[in-house]
Amino acid sequence: MKRILARNRHLVQRLGFTGITLMAVLTVIPIVAVVIYILIQGAPAISWEFLSGFPRDGMRAGGILPAIVGTLYLTVGTAVFSVPLGIAAAIYLSEYAADTPLTRTIRIAIINLAGIPSVVYGLFGLGLFVLFLKFGTSILAASLTLSIMTLPVIISTAEESLRSVPQAFRTVSISLGATRWQTIRRIVLKEALPGILTGVILGLERAAGETAPILFTGAAFFLPRLPHTPFDATMALPYHLFVISTQVPEMPIQIQYGTALVLLAFVLTMNLIATVIRSRARAKRQW
Amino acid sequence: MVDKIIIENLSLQYSDGTESLRGISLNVREKAVTVLFGPAGGGKSTLLRCLNRLNDLTEVRTSSGRILIDGENVLDPKVDVIALRRKVGMVFARPVVLPMSIRENLTYGLELAGEKRRAKLDEAVERSLKLAAIWDEVKDRLDDPAIALSGGQQQRICLARVLALQPEIILLDEPTSGLDPISTGKVEAALTELKKEYTIILVPHSVQQAARTADYAAFFLQGELIEYDEGKTLFTTPKDKRTEDYVTGRFG
Repeated sequence: MKRILARNRHLVQRLGFTGITLMAVLTVIPIVAVVIYILIQGAPAISWEFLSGFPRDGMRAGGILPAIVGTLYLTVGTAVFSVPLGIAAAIYLSEYAADTPLTRTIRIAIINLAGIPSVVYGLFGLGLFVLFLKFGTSILAASLTLSIMTLPVIISTAEESLRSVPQAFRTVSISLGATRWQTIRRIVLKEALPGILTGVILGLERAAGETAPILFTGAAFFLPRLPHTPFDATMALPYHLFVISTQVPEMPIQIQYGTALVLLAFVLTMNLIATVIRSRARAKRQW
Repeated sequence: MVDKIIIENLSLQYSDGTESLRGISLNVREKAVTVLFGPAGGGKSTLLRCLNRLNDLTEVRTSSGRILIDGENVLDPKVDVIALRRKVGMVFARPVVLPMSIRENLTYGLELAGEKRRAKLDEAVERSLKLAAIWDEVKDRLDDPAIALSGGQQQRICLARVLALQPEIILLDEPTSGLDPISTGKVEAALTELKKEYTIILVPHSVQQAARTADYAAFFLQGELIEYDEGKTLFTTPKDKRTEDYVTGRFG
């Protein structure tokens, strides 16, 4: 047996190679299938009226504008809080913090935060922002809740890309009379920026698609107008999709898939932007 | 000749217990090449990094002694390290150009020092590239990324980058260890020119290079200064047996 295998080792290798390729292809199938299915089912619903109008007839007709705008608001709101805080924390962890038990604990905490179920964040947001801080069910409370959920992703990807900037750049910069902060601002941040941006977008993308954290903190079932201030509640795509799929009887299936398609397009566009940034930066990178 | 740097009884130990210095006393002459040589782990790089306080970036367990540059103790915590590093420039073993254009590499330190005038910056770029003997090779592509240059060219860019700050002392830590003989020759030739104006301390990458370049030479072994003399004396008639053994290739 051994001898046969040895003689046919090219054949064995080719079999193995084919098997691995097949599995790689298999993993792509569900993703592609989801996208195509949603596209086919949802495309007929897409029209200018659908994208720019308000829901009518108990949401069984009309458009989904308030949900689209709401998701935009929530994404921007989340970015406002989580991006500066996340990047600052990453800079501290990567550039300033000494390797002590305390900083190691902080790192482990951040990694574990990423594993908390999103509905738990939702309840936490309800308790802290909506009730205790009296922000009410609002864009503000929902954005803050989504920020806390997004922070671990932003911090860990940002720290990772800061760390990947070669140490030698820092040493050289300092030896030329730069302060630590000048070195970070002029060299390290500049080189790490594409990686940080990628992490930020991926984090925000997840926030944009979440339902549970906004369920108790800022999402509205139906609003006849767009929100005016951060203290207003808002409709949002993922929650709207949940509502029209489970709470509204005799819902036309087209509208459900149309809504899913818009949400998918929103998230995939962000993903595409992240990919473009990353590949462009990689082509331009000088180390 | 004037003593530019006076090192008095300098001892140092890193937190991780590696490389250390034990009671080093050494006077470095102005406008000459002083070579620190010896086997790896002897403390040469450590000593260099004390001179521009780059050791501040490393965890040091204990240190004692003084380093006087122009009479000022640079190990004093109150010393302005930024000003010190502009006065004491450093070239590293591996050429590390910053991820920017050749011109920006040259002006980086000056801009941090507050120089904004375009004419001054351009003048510094040209002057220092000429001093580092690389002007003719790069003058037509100053705005290209510095990383596109060859290793030998990059190392001369690193030398020029230090010269742009008009330092008084230049530290070179095995600057030619990764270079081919032709590039090495160019760097050594540049040093011979530079010592007319600058105080140079060189950790060479071989005994041969030490002998070629040294006006003064100091032999280091396991954190101790074994022998220090004029180059031509030390390499022909060393007084210490260990120096002789190392110079003649019996160990190391």
